[in-house]
Amino acid sequence: MKARFTITALVALLIFCAGYAALFIAPDEATMHAIQRIFYFHVACWNAMFCAFFVAFYASVAYLVTGKRKWDALGVSGVEVGVICCTIGLVTGPLWARPVWGIWWTWDAKLTSTFILWLLFIAYLLLRGLIEDPEKKASLSAIFAIFASLDIPLVYLANRLWRTQHPQPVIAGGQGSGLDPTMSKVLLLCLFAVFCVMLLVLIDRYRLEQLRNECAELKFEIESQGIDAFDGAATPALQKGGQ
Amino acid sequence: MKNFEFLFTAWMVVWAVFFVYEVTVARRITQVREEIERLKQQLQQR
Repeated sequence: MKARFTITALVALLIFCAGYAALFIAPDEATMHAIQRIFYFHVACWNAMFCAFFVAFYASVAYLVTGKRKWDALGVSGVEVGVICCTIGLVTGPLWARPVWGIWWTWDAKLTSTFILWLLFIAYLLLRGLIEDPEKKASLSAIFAIFASLDIPLVYLANRLWRTQHPQPVIAGGQGSGLDPTMSKVLLLCLFAVFCVMLLVLIDRYRLEQLRNECAELKFEIESQGIDAFDGAATPALQKGGQ
Repeated sequence: MKNFEFLFTAWMVVWAVFFVYEVTVARRITQVREEIERLKQQLQQR
């Protein structure tokens, strides 16, 4: 508990430092000025999203190979946290686009593929809610997550493969790309801060899923012993002598 | 600072969404733990 508190406090400090660096230390961009500073959180959230979805993809493959419930728990945790990061990215993007482009949204390859990715993983979460059988739920979810993950490389490569309204990549974007050294350091700090937040949230979400599994096992054990899981009374069938 | 409202909103969105999500996860963990305790007691009574 004390270790957890210390880690949370350290991450909170990291968030504060990253925020301060993004708002006050990073130099003003020549054409966009202050609004460009959204970039530091926006890119960091996409990075966190890619990591979370990669965890979900890996866990889904591992579940299909091993059949162990812990991988299913990690898979759904990765997807849920990835959706949260994706939602933040989809909100902060238009907040940058409105003053710079004059429009909130455009259906270019980058934005459209990202929106489809978000819809796919929302569908994954809805799908899980519709299936009751745990084994079937875990298997279908894993297959669906692997299928949805096929969109991830497309999202990453969209502005490299096609001409998009979305800015061209500034990191590993080939000739002419690159960042001011101070901007690079601030970006690295923000990437690390948001990644740590994502990791903390992911660990908690995984713990929740494991507790849910434990709860389901207890309910199953109670039901198999013939105790009503809700009020502790014997089931009507047993009260009547099993007829 | 020009466009400060957009920058401030984006900043708030990032941390507010993470914070609210973490609070909901923590609340769900508490509820499931209570449920587990209740079920364990039920098993012991048996």
